[in-house]
Amino acid sequence: MKELALHVLDIAENSISADADNISIEINESTIKNRMTIIIEDDGKGIKKDVLENITDPFVTSRKTRPVGLGLSLFKAAAKRCEGNFNIESSNKGTKVKAVFKRDHIDRAPLGNISQTLISILLWDKNIDVQYIHTYNNKQFIFDTKEIKKELDDINITDGKIINWLKDYINENISEIRGGEFN
Amino acid sequence: MKSLEDLREMRKEVEKEMQTRKNTNKPKVIIGMGTCGIAAGAREILQAVMEEMDKRDLDIEVTQTGCIGMCEKEPLMDVKLPGKDRITYGNLNKEDVKRIIVNHVINGNVVDELVIARLEE
Repeated sequence: MKELALHVLDIAENSISADADNISIEINESTIKNRMTIIIEDDGKGIKKDVLENITDPFVTSRKTRPVGLGLSLFKAAAKRCEGNFNIESSNKGTKVKAVFKRDHIDRAPLGNISQTLISILLWDKNIDVQYIHTYNNKQFIFDTKEIKKELDDINITDGKIINWLKDYINENISEIRGGEFN
Repeated sequence: MKSLEDLREMRKEVEKEMQTRKNTNKPKVIIGMGTCGIAAGAREILQAVMEEMDKRDLDIEVTQTGCIGMCEKEPLMDVKLPGKDRITYGNLNKEDVKRIIVNHVINGNVVDELVIARLEE
């Protein structure tokens, strides 16, 4: 994947398939510790223990149409090639995926377009709630669809105008905390 | 910078517009968003559809689907007009999306050279 944000979208879609109501996406960046951590956690039905053991093997998937699944394998490989690590935990209460990257590693893909990723998740399933917490050194941006939906009341969060507004809102806030950094 | 205060204003605008929109028989657009689709640029295809909708003030139902096994032809996008065949377009870029929206979704003319499958109604 060209962007870490695309991995986030891919993993979040597993959460949607697992019938999650809530997805929490956390990005922690520290230029001091030279680390970047991405955590995606959901309250879906979880992954069975025997499947979980080999879940990052490309030839393991819960999909029925073909016995190949690449999403988690690709995410793990992305972290591993940046001197990072990867971990997945799951129970019948949900799943938590964590990937750690050495931040300035030459092979670390740029974070990419997080707002478009978040919006794609909302457009997939408007009933899902997403909490996005992005920390960059000592600065933080929190985006919580529960809060947005409260403001919107009976108006749909996937209305075109609202989506466009949210896109700019998220972009502005992320570039603010990251001090205009693109990677 | 934008604040949630602005969102309240936006909400009022949208509320007014909602009353003039009808909800039946919308054209449907379906985008493949499996791992294969995402890696091939499906998120940008979705973004292009949303931009066209906004620019042309279109009322379309946009949905997403997982991998359907035509990974090598991703990004994929299906268009289903009410009462018409479901058309699958493949190997798309953002410019193709604009053409499909204008020619097919708005004017009802299938963009033949981009079609990879057709599902009869």
